[in-house]
Amino acid sequence: MYLTAPQTLLMILAVALGTQLTRWLPFFLFPEGKAVPKTVIYLGKLLPTAAMGLLVVYCLRGVSFTAPPHGIPEVAAILSVVLLHRWRGNVLLSIAGGTALYMVLVQVIFV
Amino acid sequence: MDTSSGEAKQHHLGPALRAAFPHTVPVLTGFLFLGIAYGVLMNAKGYGPLWSTLMSAVAFGGSMQFVAISLLTTVFDPVQAFLLSCMVNARHLFYGLSMLERYRGLGKARIPLIYVLCDETFSLVSTLNPPEDIDRKSFYLSISLLDYFYWVGGTALGGFLGDFIPFDTTGLDFALTALFVVLFLEQWKKRENRPAGAIGICATVLCLLVFGADNLVIPAMLVIVAVLLGGRKQLCT
Repeated sequence: MYLTAPQTLLMILAVALGTQLTRWLPFFLFPEGKAVPKTVIYLGKLLPTAAMGLLVVYCLRGVSFTAPPHGIPEVAAILSVVLLHRWRGNVLLSIAGGTALYMVLVQVIFV
Repeated sequence: MDTSSGEAKQHHLGPALRAAFPHTVPVLTGFLFLGIAYGVLMNAKGYGPLWSTLMSAVAFGGSMQFVAISLLTTVFDPVQAFLLSCMVNARHLFYGLSMLERYRGLGKARIPLIYVLCDETFSLVSTLNPPEDIDRKSFYLSISLLDYFYWVGGTALGGFLGDFIPFDTTGLDFALTALFVVLFLEQWKKRENRPAGAIGICATVLCLLVFGADNLVIPAMLVIVAVLLGGRKQLCT
């Protein structure tokens, strides 16, 4: 533990507050009985996919492709997730398989 | 018909849970795995099962909780944690917008429903309709609460297991990246989602190159919204 107990509690509350704000805001902005603008509906349809693309890149933001191992573990593991998911379409299998491969790569091969 | 509505609510929760459970099995497996990974990672950073479980129960913010691990292992800065939490979770705004209709008129049940509206629960409640003999409120509550307890339970399990079965956790956090890749692929299956997916990836890579790894989320979100609005005529199908 790096922080004290009260500091950790405050951090948990800060994370919860930020998360809850994003969950409640739409319901506050558009209370029951108020029409939702068409632009908002349009964005609501397309944003989930765009947000998922954003998150994938966000997870990889710290990977260096110029320094060894040149992002090879990440690229190989993501490829394995894609192939597993196309093959079986089982969410757990795809996640577990890709993570297992990644752990082997960074723990055993690219030490 | 409505004379025993208070009583009926009690009677309906059991059947509702039974009806909801099969739909939540993929979330059960995924959340147990990721929750355990989270509990183990927190342990590795010196935060025991009580801390990790408390974080999962109160914050209930999947990806943000992983991000928060790095915030818990550096200088104390709750304001940064709050702002980053808003940014990382900004996609919830659009889940809320999509659920305005389905959660209309559910009264106090809206409080827990909205509190635990995560990616996985959203994907289920926005897709599924309750069976004929189950009321909407009990059905959505069952899905939401089952998912919630999977995550909190998985975290506790990982926290306690981590104490007894120590193993090299290097690379375990890749489970999160893999989850997003899988959710992206699930969205990609629908042809009409593909332009938005490509825009999301390209805009974020661009912002990563321009703004660097530490400041990319908000610029990327703005670019994504701008491109989606600008290309509305082309993207509306």
